[in-house]
Amino acid sequence: MKEELFKELSQAVIEGNKDRSIELTNKLLELGIDAKIILDHGLLPGMEVVGIRFRDNIIFVPQVLISARAMKSSLAILEPLLSKADLKGSGTIIMGTVKGDIHDIGKNIVSMMLRSSGFTVIDLGIDTKVEKFLDAIKNENADIVGMSALLTTTMGYMKVVVDRIKEEEINVKTMVGGAPISKAFAMEVGADGYAKNATDAVKLAKQLIGLESKETKIEQIS
Amino acid sequence: MNKFLEALNSGKILLCDGAMGTELQKRGLPTGACPEEFNISNPEVIKNIHRDYFIAGSDIVETNSFGANRARLKLHGFEDRVKEFCFAAAHLANSVRPNGKFIAGSMGPTGELLEPLGTLSEKDAYNIFSEQAIALEQGGVDVLFIETMMAPEEATIAVKAAKENTKLPVVASMTFELGNAGLRTMWGIDVKTAAQKYTEAGADVIGANCGKGFDEMIAIIKELRPLTDKPIIAQANAGIPEWIHGMSVYTETPEVIASKAHEIINAGVNIIGGCCGTGPEHIRKIKEILDRYFESRI
Ligand code: B12
Repeated sequence: MKEELFKELSQAVIEGNKDRSIELTNKLLELGIDAKIILDHGLLPGMEVVGIRFRDNIIFVPQVLISARAMKSSLAILEPLLSKADLKGSGTIIMGTVKGDIHDIGKNIVSMMLRSSGFTVIDLGIDTKVEKFLDAIKNENADIVGMSALLTTTMGYMKVVVDRIKEEEINVKTMVGGAPISKAFAMEVGADGYAKNATDAVKLAKQLIGLESKETKIEQIS
Repeated sequence: MNKFLEALNSGKILLCDGAMGTELQKRGLPTGACPEEFNISNPEVIKNIHRDYFIAGSDIVETNSFGANRARLKLHGFEDRVKEFCFAAAHLANSVRPNGKFIAGSMGPTGELLEPLGTLSEKDAYNIFSEQAIALEQGGVDVLFIETMMAPEEATIAVKAAKENTKLPVVASMTFELGNAGLRTMWGIDVKTAAQKYTEAGADVIGANCGKGFDEMIAIIKELRPLTDKPIIAQANAGIPEWIHGMSVYTETPEVIASKAHEIINAGVNIIGGCCGTGPEHIRKIKEILDRYFESRI
């Protein structure tokens, strides 16, 4: 019965059926199931499928956004019930599109998938200057900072941010992504990791904070 | 009849220009600056780009107004300068226009998501595109180019706004990429659906721009040609730039695209040009190919 409901909840997220997702979340709570378990067994597996289907061109941007909305409305119900430890579970990530760049569709999808995997994500939006990154990293005591760039003229700015982090000896991991970014480029700017899509970005983030073994590592630069 | 449509109906393949955005970056647009503001602060740079394209053989150049809509300009705090930027854009292109050549008013997406996924209402989107289209017409362009669209609703609204508020012909293109599901926009729209949507909305010319280089453009035009009687436009970009030895490089150089442009022409386009990463040299190459193509047919 419980297993069935988890499956149905995942399915509701995959289909982006917000009402159904809310209904099932409430039902599971009424059955006395812990919020964290609902998150881990219902919502997150659903979003994982969404990420994979997006990567494989089975679904496209609108479907991802609709699923995200379903996920968000369920999460809103669970959030007050999740303990601080549950929420902080996987760590805090600062995300932003770098200075001069306004492309944010990819960054938003990555942020959303990270959130769906239990990370706390502070999204700084587009056109983000180095000071803003640094302030957020310090204020939030972040574990990782993720930078997105879609322009060859703005990707160089990633180095500005990475250099400042090193200069000021801030203890935070850096990861980069966006269409023109490659592993070679990520290494050149001295970032700790690169991922080429949102699904891999989640794996990468987990590796960077030591949640996933390095055996499965994809693009972490060591 | 509108002179532009007349030229198109004469059976000639019209040559458009290459990129404005990446060309501006090459010529000093600072990272993050508003490209359309350059119409006011650096008019000579814009004029030179247009002039270079005309010299390279372009029959049409596009105004520097791709992002001159209220939603995009807002990011720079310039939302109340749509009219000013569009006027200047049209004026600059007109000031270097040789006789018999055309000026196209460029209109790109708002960059925002429509309701219910985002916060932009259909009505606001319609008003945003109308404002820009009217300003470009008043500035003196011959035709409107609605381009780089990916979301079908936004694309349709843009074409309707242009058709209903101006007397200008409308050329409408979307951006496709080849993936496991074939050629699709990021919104998942295939070539056939795009053609249908644009035709229903009243576009005079339909086609594709930007994307992932000339090879994919060949595939797009081959797929589109049998689906429509309308004239077709193809403006490929020079691929996705690669990072080589600390520099960003577009791999599809003028030499590389030469034979590919030929294939696009053979696939049945009526307007050909370039997008991001292409410059006057690419256009010169395509011009040579076009000239040879017509010679061989006479
Ligand atoms: C949509 C788009 C736009 C929209 C942006 C709307 C928005 N709100 O984002 C608009 C129309 C506004 C736009 C504007 C411009 N654009 Co544009 N645009 C695109 C386009 C077609 C798609 C980008 C996109 O959203 N892809 C879909 C998402 C899901 O993919 P993604 O961003 O790559 O993200 C994935 C991964 O990269 C990764 N990822 C992304 N970020 C991160 C971060 C981390 C930390 C990690 C780990 C992973 C990761 O995961 C994501 C999900 O899987 C691309 C072409 C292309 N194929 O990339 C051109 C493209 C990026 N644009 C380009 C250009 C030139 C421009 C303009 C300069 C054009 C102009 N004349 O004004 C302006 C620039 C404005 C500015 N200052 O930023 C060029 C850039 C070329 C260059 N020299 O660098 C491109 C590459 C087109 C081309 N082939 O030449 N653009």
